[in-house]
Amino acid sequence: MLRRIGLALAAPTAAVLFATIASSIFLVIAGSNPITAYGDMFEYGSRLEIQVDILNRATPLYISGVAAAIGFRMNLFNIGVEGQYRLAAIVAAYVGASVSLPAFFHIALILIVAMLVGGAYAGVAGVLKVSRGVNEVISTIMLNAIAISGLIAWLVREWQAGGTVDATGANLGIGTEPIDESGLIPNINSWLELFTREIGKGKELTGVLLVAVAVGVLYHIVLNRTRFGFDLRATGINPFAARAGGVNDKRMVLGAMVLSGVVAGLVGMAEIAKLGRFNPNFVGNLGFAGIAVALLGRNHPGGIAIGALLFAFLDTASGVLQVTGSASREIVFIMQGIILLAAVIAYEVVQRYRIREEARMASTLLAGEAEE
Amino acid sequence: MTNAIELIGITKRFPGVLANDNVNLTVEEGEIHAVCGENGAGKSTLMKILYGMQPADEGVMRLFGQELSFSSPNDAIDAGIGMVHQHFMLANQLTVLENVILGAEPTKSAGLINFDEASSHLEEVGKAYGLTVDPNDLVETLEVGERQRVEIIKVLYRGAKVLIFDEPTAVLVPQEVEELFRNMRELKANGATIIFIDHKLEEVLEIADTITVLRQGKTVATVKPQNVTATDLAELMVGSELPKPQISESSNNNTVALALEEVSVLGDDERPLVDDVSLSVNKGQIVGIAGVEGNGQHELVGAILGTQEIDSGSISLMGKDISSQSVRDRRESGLGYVPQDRQDEGLLLTAPLWENAALGHQTSRPFSNGWRQWFIDKVGSRSQTEMIREKFDVRTPNIDVSAHALSGGNQQKLIVGREMVAQPSVLVASHPTRGIDVGAQASVWQQIRDARSAGLATLLISADLDELIGLSDSIVVMFRGKIVARLNPSEINPRSLGAFMTGAALETES
Amino acid sequence: MIDRIRRLPAYARWATYATIGILILTLVQELGQNQTSHLTATSTAQTALKWSIPILLAGLGGLFAERAGIINIGLEGMMILGTWFGAWGAFNYGPYWGIVIGAIGGAIGGLIHAIATVGFGVDHIISGVAINILGPFAARFLSSEVFTGYQGGSVTQSPRVENVDKFTMPFLAGGYETPNFLKWLGDKEIPLLSDIGNILRGILTQTSWATIIALLLVPISAYVLWKTRFGLRVRISGEDPWAGESQGVNIYRYKFVAVMISGAFAGFGGAFISIEMSSIYQEGGTTGRGFIGLAALIFGNWRPGGILAAALLFGYPYALQFGDFDGFASHALLLVNAIALFGVVIWALRNDKRTDAAIAFVLGSLSAVWYFVSDTVPDWWVKILPYVIVIVVLIFFAQRLRMPAANGQIYRRGQT
Repeated sequence: MLRRIGLALAAPTAAVLFATIASSIFLVIAGSNPITAYGDMFEYGSRLEIQVDILNRATPLYISGVAAAIGFRMNLFNIGVEGQYRLAAIVAAYVGASVSLPAFFHIALILIVAMLVGGAYAGVAGVLKVSRGVNEVISTIMLNAIAISGLIAWLVREWQAGGTVDATGANLGIGTEPIDESGLIPNINSWLELFTREIGKGKELTGVLLVAVAVGVLYHIVLNRTRFGFDLRATGINPFAARAGGVNDKRMVLGAMVLSGVVAGLVGMAEIAKLGRFNPNFVGNLGFAGIAVALLGRNHPGGIAIGALLFAFLDTASGVLQVTGSASREIVFIMQGIILLAAVIAYEVVQRYRIREEARMASTLLAGEAEE
Repeated sequence: MTNAIELIGITKRFPGVLANDNVNLTVEEGEIHAVCGENGAGKSTLMKILYGMQPADEGVMRLFGQELSFSSPNDAIDAGIGMVHQHFMLANQLTVLENVILGAEPTKSAGLINFDEASSHLEEVGKAYGLTVDPNDLVETLEVGERQRVEIIKVLYRGAKVLIFDEPTAVLVPQEVEELFRNMRELKANGATIIFIDHKLEEVLEIADTITVLRQGKTVATVKPQNVTATDLAELMVGSELPKPQISESSNNNTVALALEEVSVLGDDERPLVDDVSLSVNKGQIVGIAGVEGNGQHELVGAILGTQEIDSGSISLMGKDISSQSVRDRRESGLGYVPQDRQDEGLLLTAPLWENAALGHQTSRPFSNGWRQWFIDKVGSRSQTEMIREKFDVRTPNIDVSAHALSGGNQQKLIVGREMVAQPSVLVASHPTRGIDVGAQASVWQQIRDARSAGLATLLISADLDELIGLSDSIVVMFRGKIVARLNPSEINPRSLGAFMTGAALETES
Repeated sequence: MIDRIRRLPAYARWATYATIGILILTLVQELGQNQTSHLTATSTAQTALKWSIPILLAGLGGLFAERAGIINIGLEGMMILGTWFGAWGAFNYGPYWGIVIGAIGGAIGGLIHAIATVGFGVDHIISGVAINILGPFAARFLSSEVFTGYQGGSVTQSPRVENVDKFTMPFLAGGYETPNFLKWLGDKEIPLLSDIGNILRGILTQTSWATIIALLLVPISAYVLWKTRFGLRVRISGEDPWAGESQGVNIYRYKFVAVMISGAFAGFGGAFISIEMSSIYQEGGTTGRGFIGLAALIFGNWRPGGILAAALLFGYPYALQFGDFDGFASHALLLVNAIALFGVVIWALRNDKRTDAAIAFVLGSLSAVWYFVSDTVPDWWVKILPYVIVIVVLIFFAQRLRMPAANGQIYRRGQT
């Protein structure tokens, strides 16, 4: 049992170690001191306010990771999370701004709309694959481009907010109508402050964190405890055996893609809760980062969480580097990239080792029995 | 006469299996030497060692008197040995010429292939040995017999003096077999030495100069064809006596459990893979399907299971028509399935045993529960798996290990077990004891016999004559998609069974 | 008649298809609702050619990798490396070196992909996705280290770089002070002939040497893959590596080299974008063309000539936007699309493919109706058109085309 945990952690730890060393080499070449740089980052990251930032950043990353992981468990590559979450966000923002309901229903409406849009858009790629054999990697990427360059640009103009100032009197600029207070998921500072001191500097811990936790829990339950999840995983491991075992693989592909899209739709919700609307500067790249995090976490709900926190830490804490000047903040990008690549390779190596070991152990056991 | 090949004391172990046990083989120069044995006897392993694809654990190999050892096929090729594989190693989308010269391409400057030289060399070789092929044909357009000729030319092109043929007639029709034997005699006349693996006794007697019989990894005899009959060979291959058919009481209660009516499955080119097959299996009965692989059995099984669409006919299970039901529905209606390739079709290798036990039954208790069987019942699954492990003697440290850690025999016991405990009304068992050790084999057989007594209807597809004759209440023979014979196992002998299986009987009967 | 066309040698066949295509464009221009000559204008042709080059190079990159059996999703990431290294190289050593260094940058990406997939047996798509993420990250980091130190550079872009020299064909296009035959032909405004003249002139005027080299790589790739020993062994790695292994070929080596070549092509494509098209490195400059290159690979049925045709097809809509001030050309493209789709209907019916015909009919009708009820097309449609075309093309052709038999399979030596 301990051995299993050890093996499971061996690969990512090795990857992080390798990446740290490699990045240190880059830093040294660039003339910076890696130890100071890492030290600065850790010190910065230990402050409560910054930890709030890290959690805020990790929340959408985690959801995005789960969305990608749903596909990965079935050997489907939903690279379209990027387009799905943005499309879902703008539609949800528009719908959310057009109504005014009691808080619970208002928030629920926004979330549901986002999930439906995400699921539908991913479903397009799913239908294309199931009915016409179009590779989902290419179709989701094309759909991304269509969403980002085309649909969203158009919708932003169509749904441009009427007035020019918002509730606080600040300049509105380009973007959708602001959502009423009742539709914004509140922060959960008070919950966190039960354990810690008061959070300063106006930092707000997003309530979407709870949504993320719920997503993670549901992911685990659905995949590991339901029959649908069993069918999905079986198809991912061995589609032939799954078919012989009664699984309808076409329905599975469609189902998995849609489910992945549904979760993807929630990725933008933290930003919506913060901004109250959708604008062209809406946070980007969460789709690809989510894929990285899913790969890093090996599609495991806990692993993805750790991966999300790690990447969020790197993204956030690197901000201090600009201030202290001990290194350029972009070093974290290289680190993230190397961590990802190293982890992916390490997993493969460990997996192969584990297979050999298990086989050897089982046959030694049998040989032992036979001799008795 | 010098000896072309001498294999002395060759031993090869795989995890859990002793494939070759102190095997001796001596092949004289210029002769056609057959190596016989049933499936799993160790013939392929021996040839792979000879061709450098596997290293031997123990033993000595001599080629024309010189002791050699090979670390890769390249070494064997350089030494003048060529292998004509049973499953052709030809790339379909390349031309004959490209396939033949691969690895030994003649080049002009800058790495450009000298196609003219290659082409003329190939034609020379072809003429010298009487093999005609068009170098510019795409391999995928060739018939099976022609592809085999390309395989042969591939090794001759490199100047092979010793040719190994691995079950060459397995995929040929009678006329193509004649052509092949003609080519072999031609090769022999030109000085080649031929080793060929075969388990079709009539053929072996016809073409070979010497025959070596392997059984369970050991050499049991080396004989001359003029001194033996096919029956003698069969006995050498399978043991001192053929298994006696079951004398136990018939448990056939005359209720039809599985019925196929005029079922046909057409292939891509509209040729029937399953041709108008009608058969039925009663409760408490085991019907065996005999036949050389590739005569439609696989497609028939697929049709019954539901993974293969049928083009005409109907299938019914316990009286209900299941012809258009999904695989899952058929399983839930009581159809059990032991696949012919456990790793490809039966198991999730990287998943733990208890999940594998649920595969195919995940919509029923105790594997799932809750409203509309939505939830996987982990506790129920685990206890069910423990029960399977106990009852079916699946040797494993625990039920959490991944399926790939188990030996083939234990994997098969798990699969048989999971199907049996679901208490199906019909079991389709395809090659249920292929490639597993003797102990597991006996265990599986017993389970099938017990289930039969309890009323299970079993359709047994197998290439193992022991198994078919020993277990079946009645046997049908499939050849080219059709049922060509319905036999009583207590009246049968391997020779006539073999004749039906290879289609020879058709000619004598008409 | 269609059979007769099929029996012609390859170059004659392509010329016929091209002429038919230009004929359709001409007809739409002449007979369409709004007058425009932009569809077959010289400037359009010139730009279309330029825009198709990165797609072509990405496609050729994909070709080498997949012919060797390795799926290379990471082309986009390798291309991004190419954009960065290309700009850096061009800035410091001039445009020609820029291209070489850009190719090297892409090859480094290829090396990583090769190590992961061939060396360690990682799933091809996972490795490719990882490289697509690593590429922009690396470019970001390198920019912050290097470009910020240059005048005009920043984390997201480089300073301006020089272009490669241009070439104009003498006599046909008036290069080197010779008479310009094609311009004369174009000015005559003879239907079809003048259009062909204009298009040819666009291709032959002021064409960058980099473009010419890229185009030459098409026949060179075909030659290497089908006529050399190296090429044969690369192809066996992708068709049946176990057969190759049984004949003594070192499959690992050929896969490795092929993937690195793949990266080099992608890098060249990226460098082309930085040096030739925008004259600077810009973050996000690849805009998905690595993936469109993959689509070109598929649509081109894994053959160099097909990839070129697909690249031109995909590049054309991009190019049309430029200089189309009245928007009529983009609008007219709707009719062109409709005609093409109806052509697909006919092809599908001839081959008994009723669902395909139905889909094509519906899409074609929608396009035609849209054309007739409107005068212009909205911006966003023009922007997304290339991606829509890719999807539509794949809808019809994804299942008909044949990739190398062992493409995507994890190959480990010694195991069957």
